[in-house]
Amino acid sequence: MNSLPIGYRFGLVLLALLAGSPWLPPWLLFMLTIAAANGLVVLGCMLFYRAGLVSFGQALYFCAGAYTTGLVTNLLGVIDVLLLLGLSGLAGGLLAYLVGFLLARYRGIFFGLLSMAFSMILYGVLTKSESLGSTDGFNVPAFTLLGFEPDQPQVRFTLLAVAVAVIWLVSLVTDRFLRSPYGPLLVAIHDNEIRTEYMGASAKNTVHLVYVAAGILAGMGGCIGATAVGHIDPTMAYWTTSGEFVFITIMAGVGSVVAPFLGALVFGIIYTIAFSESPNTWQMVLGASLIAVILLLPNGLWSLLAKRKGAQA
Amino acid sequence: MEDLMFILMDGINFAAWLFLAAVGLTLIYGVMKILNVAHGSFYAMGAYVAASTLGFWFDNNMPPFLSYVALLVAAFVAGFIVGPIIERVLLKPQYDRDEHLILLITYGLFLILEDVLKLIWGVDPYFVSQPYELVGSFELGDMIYPSYYLLMAGLALAVGLGLMLLLNRTHFGRMLVSVIHDREISSAMGINVGRMFAITFGLGVSLAALAGAFTAPTVSVTPGMGVEVIVLSFAVVVTGGLGSLPGVALAAVMMGIVRAICVFYAPELELFVIYSIMALVLTFRPRGLFSIAEARKI
Repeated sequence: MNSLPIGYRFGLVLLALLAGSPWLPPWLLFMLTIAAANGLVVLGCMLFYRAGLVSFGQALYFCAGAYTTGLVTNLLGVIDVLLLLGLSGLAGGLLAYLVGFLLARYRGIFFGLLSMAFSMILYGVLTKSESLGSTDGFNVPAFTLLGFEPDQPQVRFTLLAVAVAVIWLVSLVTDRFLRSPYGPLLVAIHDNEIRTEYMGASAKNTVHLVYVAAGILAGMGGCIGATAVGHIDPTMAYWTTSGEFVFITIMAGVGSVVAPFLGALVFGIIYTIAFSESPNTWQMVLGASLIAVILLLPNGLWSLLAKRKGAQA
Repeated sequence: MEDLMFILMDGINFAAWLFLAAVGLTLIYGVMKILNVAHGSFYAMGAYVAASTLGFWFDNNMPPFLSYVALLVAAFVAGFIVGPIIERVLLKPQYDRDEHLILLITYGLFLILEDVLKLIWGVDPYFVSQPYELVGSFELGDMIYPSYYLLMAGLALAVGLGLMLLLNRTHFGRMLVSVIHDREISSAMGINVGRMFAITFGLGVSLAALAGAFTAPTVSVTPGMGVEVIVLSFAVVVTGGLGSLPGVALAAVMMGIVRAICVFYAPELELFVIYSIMALVLTFRPRGLFSIAEARKI
């Protein structure tokens, strides 16, 4: 098994999941779809976390993607989920491209907090926009897939299938990207930016590129999240949403492109169980699990799977 | 002219609150280089402690004007019990790790504390407006203004000046300044850096609790009240320059006045004008207004 590239192994796992999913209860399908959406955002976070950057504002692109889906469906009547994914990713990427001109110069805590400021600005704008439903947000209509209109029982399964296909595709592309010179370059920027620049690489451009990629991923995650829930509101841009993404990034670890999805799944499981078992203390359970992972598994959950030395890809 | 007065008073009021809420955060960052996400939870803790203290105080017919002293004492007692314990147990073993990991630990702490507060004080709101009503209000032209806000402004001024004196004029303050500049040399000179950290964290937590305690009489104390304080105080602290005391003061005044202008002329901007100021300041001064130059790592 281990001789196969990570992308294929991951593909097999996803295929197995998909084959079993028609027999899964709807709430579990929903949880898996949300985990897929979060995983997409976190995959982007992982890219710049490799360069030592943590963003407390990735919810900006998640929310932008979700609102793109919401607006396009309601105003233009486009409800094909693949088209929506593309448009949301484009919106996230475009926004990240613009913000990136400013943000790519910042490092450390300033990168995180400045991106937080931008997401809080979007939160403020959306909250005050009466036409966009202000704090209540608005509903997202049912979607179609290439002309196929899934019935009520099939909706969740269809969306999960789409999400799984997207996950597989982007993890292949991201894995390829990390094997290109850009992969080691990110680590080099983290280790010593000035030396990296002496070698002739531009740290700023690399961070900008990765930031746009993360924006696209977060936009697509927002589209899947919005379609799965069927409703969007400004809290998608609030800092606590970004906090959850950072939470999953650190908990998952940066060992592989699969790690973010594993992390998002574990997060979803903890959240679902904690919320149904003890509605008043679910945050405490999440916080305690986060601290436990940081203290006990310095390289995240992925280090449990990557037993072989040097198996990290 | 009336408008100007109103904007000024409103601005000073909000600036005082921002300063009180954020000053503990910058103190902790300045000394320990930790951005404490749980800061807002300590603020909320202060508000709840104040609610209980005031409830007890007025139920037992204690002298009403001493209730302000009671608030002060309660905030510092709570801060210096909770702060050093958390620092010793949770943060101290992690000091040599990446700043983002420590930040995430305080994020986990924030999640935990949110529920701990609910477990202790329940989910029903508390109303303790006695200290607010006690001082009444005063007239300024045609305008009636609650005197309690003047008290808050005075408190902010006192805290700011007190910290300046503490840092510049006392033995403890000088040791703290030397720890800020160089931990290793300070400890080589015989300063117990670990103890300084514990005291600083206790002081920072107390200041957050103090802000919460004195805000409690003006609002209803409810779960989740600290969540927004976190981002607001982050914005103030980063705009001022992380770890800078004059920076926090200037940023708080700037944001307070601009927000008051927005509330008056363009209320739809009110929610995000603070973050816009932050983004604008960081665009032109990437490390905030009063930033300390740092040596580059070659």
